[in-house]
Amino acid sequence: MKFSYKPAGDSSILMELEVEINESTNRRLISLADFIEQNEQDVFGEVIIGYRSLLVQYNPLQISYSQAIDKLKNIDVITDKLSRDEGREIEIPVLYGGEYGPDLISVASHNNLSTEEVISIHSESRYLVYFLGFTPGYPFLGGMSSKIATPRLEKPRISIPPGSVGIANNQTGIYPVESPGGWRLVGRTPVKLYNAEAEDPFLLHPGDHVTFKQVALDEFEHIKEQVASQNYTPNIKHNKNKNIEATS
Amino acid sequence: MAGSADQYSHRIANILVGNPESSAVLEITLMGLKMKAIKEAIIAVTGGDLNFTINGVLAPLWSSLTVKEGDILQFNGCKSGCRAYLSIAGGGVSVPKVLGSKSTDTVGGIGGMEGRVLKKDDIIPSNEQPIQDFKGIRRRLPDHLIPEYTNTFHLRVVLGPQENAFKEEAIQTFLTSTYKATKDVNRMGCRLEGPEIEHIAGADIISEGIFFGAIQVPKNRQPIVFLVGRQSIGGYTKIGGVITTDLPKLAQVKPGDSITFEQTTVEEAHELLREKEKDLSIMKTYSYR
Repeated sequence: MKFSYKPAGDSSILMELEVEINESTNRRLISLADFIEQNEQDVFGEVIIGYRSLLVQYNPLQISYSQAIDKLKNIDVITDKLSRDEGREIEIPVLYGGEYGPDLISVASHNNLSTEEVISIHSESRYLVYFLGFTPGYPFLGGMSSKIATPRLEKPRISIPPGSVGIANNQTGIYPVESPGGWRLVGRTPVKLYNAEAEDPFLLHPGDHVTFKQVALDEFEHIKEQVASQNYTPNIKHNKNKNIEATS
Repeated sequence: MAGSADQYSHRIANILVGNPESSAVLEITLMGLKMKAIKEAIIAVTGGDLNFTINGVLAPLWSSLTVKEGDILQFNGCKSGCRAYLSIAGGGVSVPKVLGSKSTDTVGGIGGMEGRVLKKDDIIPSNEQPIQDFKGIRRRLPDHLIPEYTNTFHLRVVLGPQENAFKEEAIQTFLTSTYKATKDVNRMGCRLEGPEIEHIAGADIISEGIFFGAIQVPKNRQPIVFLVGRQSIGGYTKIGGVITTDLPKLAQVKPGDSITFEQTTVEEAHELLREKEKDLSIMKTYSYR
């Protein structure tokens, strides 16, 4: 499957695949984006990963539009041959319901389920981080069961605390920083998804997988203290392809 | 996303005081600002004319200036444009880099001064790098490089990436009508209103990256032009994008201003950009009195 290339203003190119949104498309986009960011910083700038597209900024004072496309085509050929990292699997502890998940009840009643059933469906799946966006480090996760899909709130909240775990239609997500939002909140994690002081400020990266683990209030508080004193180590599994040499 | 909305004014402000072009500067909007110099400094103010005064006396824009300890600097009101930029010689505003940048993202609460806009009693830290010796000569931008802001803006655009999602008449409407900036103008974008731009099938697309200058047309058929502080991802059709040479103008649009769009090609846009860079490099080579 080949990319189509279109101008996006006079300094960016949108390269897009006419394919279904899935994990292998996501991995192809990530390896392209990584390659550009690591090897082509002289002519290309920011790269934004979408569900099945890349938006690539280029410097028109260095390279013409058609030269930039030729270069991107070459990079696609190179990265297509590289083996790809399977990504990591990160466990996110969540305290479901109560004041931390005020919409758990409405998600349950919308789907004719008990709140326990919603929790077990939400925490059984493995979710793929397609890309980050909206606010810094906000993960767009794929893989939620349609059994707990619920429309957004009619009136978005003005302020949602960091760590809130929400559901909007058939998507689930985690708010990394305080922001407004209309997702239905089912729980909260004490883990920081965005930490400005850390060497790598983002816990999650495109291509990672996320699982949610239900925790009780005492464990939530315990992890919260560990996070505050910078003693918390997230539970991360590294899944690698057999024929892999890429960085993790 | 963050950074100066008007990157031309930002660069010029730094060039005028002898800083590296990308040194951190202050961006001042229609809200105004009043501050006191706590030590002598060489500064420059560029961008929109927000009635900049030193000790109550109007001071020149697009020119280097020396301020003395105790001087009161004030931006109060608006004659033209929307955003002014203040640079400080010696390497600019000194704040720690976050994610490789000194910019402020107030949406995420990241960078700059605690991720927020300035408030009363803030002290603006400035770098202490050696200052270029201008031997008392005031540096001034030649007149032909100073932009003029009125209440009407003409912006050149490259169509796409989703121009095919619109009816042919809709593209003509977009290119021949006058749009007005609503009250929703900020660093993220300008919401415009005017003749409706009709889609063929719908306004939704699969979410993809958004670029600086992207013109999105959602379900209500009214365009939104994205500025530097935009979100990184969006799921609505984009009819076109403002060319790089015209992005600084876009940052000076304020509520109530009129906007027209003109189609150009990527190649023409690049030629315009090269010409502008040539002007700037000539200007950087010489000192102006």
